[in-house]
Amino acid sequence: MNEDDDLIKEPENERRTFLIKLSLGLGFLSAAVAGVPVLAAIFAPLIEKTPKLWRKVGDLDSFPVGTTNLVTFENASPEKWSGTNASSAAWLRRDATDKFTAFSANCTHLGCPVRWEADAHLFMCPCHGGVYYKDGSVAAGPPPKPLVQYPVRINKTAIEIQTSPIPITNISA
Amino acid sequence: MKTLKKIWNWIDDRSGFTEIFMPLIKHPVPPGSKWSYVFGSATLFCLVLQVITGVALSLLYQPSSSEAYQSLQFITHQAAFGNVLRGIHYFGASAMIIMVSIHMMRVYITAAYKYPREMTWISGVILFFMTIAMGFTGQLLRWDSNGVWSAVVGAEQMGRIPFIGKWAARLLLGGDTIGGHTLSRFYSYHVFILPAIIFLFVAYHLMLVIRNGISEPAKVGRLVDPKTYRQWYKQMLVEKGIPFWPYAAWRDVIFGALTIISIILLAIFIGPPELTTPPNIAHLNTTPSPDWYMLSIFSLFALMPPKIESYMIIIGPALTILILLALPFVSNKGERHPIRRPWAVFGSVCVVIFVLSLFLLGEKSPWSPKFDAKPLTSVSIHSTDPLVINGAALVYKKGCLFCHQVNNQGGLKGPDLSDIALRLSTQDMTIRIVNGGSNMPAYGGILSKNELTAIVAFLNSRKYKK
Repeated sequence: MNEDDDLIKEPENERRTFLIKLSLGLGFLSAAVAGVPVLAAIFAPLIEKTPKLWRKVGDLDSFPVGTTNLVTFENASPEKWSGTNASSAAWLRRDATDKFTAFSANCTHLGCPVRWEADAHLFMCPCHGGVYYKDGSVAAGPPPKPLVQYPVRINKTAIEIQTSPIPITNISA
Repeated sequence: MKTLKKIWNWIDDRSGFTEIFMPLIKHPVPPGSKWSYVFGSATLFCLVLQVITGVALSLLYQPSSSEAYQSLQFITHQAAFGNVLRGIHYFGASAMIIMVSIHMMRVYITAAYKYPREMTWISGVILFFMTIAMGFTGQLLRWDSNGVWSAVVGAEQMGRIPFIGKWAARLLLGGDTIGGHTLSRFYSYHVFILPAIIFLFVAYHLMLVIRNGISEPAKVGRLVDPKTYRQWYKQMLVEKGIPFWPYAAWRDVIFGALTIISIILLAIFIGPPELTTPPNIAHLNTTPSPDWYMLSIFSLFALMPPKIESYMIIIGPALTILILLALPFVSNKGERHPIRRPWAVFGSVCVVIFVLSLFLLGEKSPWSPKFDAKPLTSVSIHSTDPLVINGAALVYKKGCLFCHQVNNQGGLKGPDLSDIALRLSTQDMTIRIVNGGSNMPAYGGILSKNELTAIVAFLNSRKYKK
């Protein structure tokens, strides 16, 4: 190899290195840019903030003291195509004239729908036999913690529940 | 004829079919690879069946929260052959889970995962879990009440992941409640994301089968030595190898075809599982239960000690995956024959017994309250004492029969009460009822004194088991 060859090779090599870097760089850039809306679609549920709204679930008179009733309310911002999935359910207990407790209908074990057995005064879960007392505390079975309560308020003559997420039990419960 | 041959030769020459595929089709395989080798290909046949029937179902299905259930009703009850199509997809899924499990166990028992097939095993483990994930997301797409509550149960499991549990659950559901995005997400998981991963790993798995060859039938005393194995295997193929097609593949084809015919027959004569109630999240009188292949896990959730359960929900699967992935690194040489690996056989048998027992228990679900228990009949009560009769009515009304049996009526969670008077004194009964016990609610705050007296009087009259 003589000096002339080197003189020719030097810029040639530089050009090649530049082209490799350019193609890899452009490839990465286009993938990254295309990836933004894709990642946004994947992580949309984490990015979007769900508002908390008070929803009327009934009138004061319709809940006798000492009873527990199933109430349903529309979710905070249901999509138009949600159908019957636009609402959530809760068990509303009237403890006293001016005191209400709203329990999530989800068992704290694995989220199955608990039902209120009025005569037995117990909430029971059909999936794995979780049982709760009328105040939501665990009476039997696998649930690791009491039924989760939703915020509830009396607004003049209306009972309102605040829209809330499905309670997710964490590892330390 | 001659012209046709000429045309084919031209196409074949320009496209290279023979050149590319013949070596794959005719590649030599070790002799003696017989019927125990058919389960992998059967899984692949089932996958192809699932893809084809899945595509057909997608022509009829509406992946929208408000319409999915109606479209499922349409597929099942109106569409031409819709019921059979759903049936094939359902039994195909079942067969795929059975075949992939047998295939995996066969590979484990004959130690085919050892050198140089570690990556075949690892890609297989990933495919196994993807198959389970497909089963779970698939049953959910029916979007009946079972489907909706399965989504919630899935989210609750995700919630047990440390630190990011709530976010993972939210991502799975597409929001913090069940809503319009939930079904769209699960549709995407089941139809695009998971299948894409499956295709990728199936291609890799098969590529490795060609690259490393299928494992030769194990022989007692013939050890796998990473230093010499590849050389030995190559030599063995040169000396004794037989072409895959047709001398080894005919068994795969026959077994695969029989599997598919069985699936179709089951679809025609038994049909897909009937839908449960519509997906109304506010309709709580429903008893969610998974398809059969999830039942063992469902049972495990009921039977695990509650104190460790929240940890085990996440540590259990994580540890299982980790152990399975670590297997070929922990043992990648030496004996392959099951006779010389008794612990591997014993372990496999234990796993099968464990999963089967959980399945059978799940079929019975003794831990679930029997909500449809009927009031006790006068024949059962067998007394004229008004207090006893009143007590019998209360035993029904207060929900005792949800968990206890009296003369074969009632639930299975608690002890049978048919002859309880022979086992407990009045005082013991009262204490048990008022304070509750292991897994029984305390009824002290629920029953009045008179009600308690009546129930105890009834229980005291229970001395015979019919």
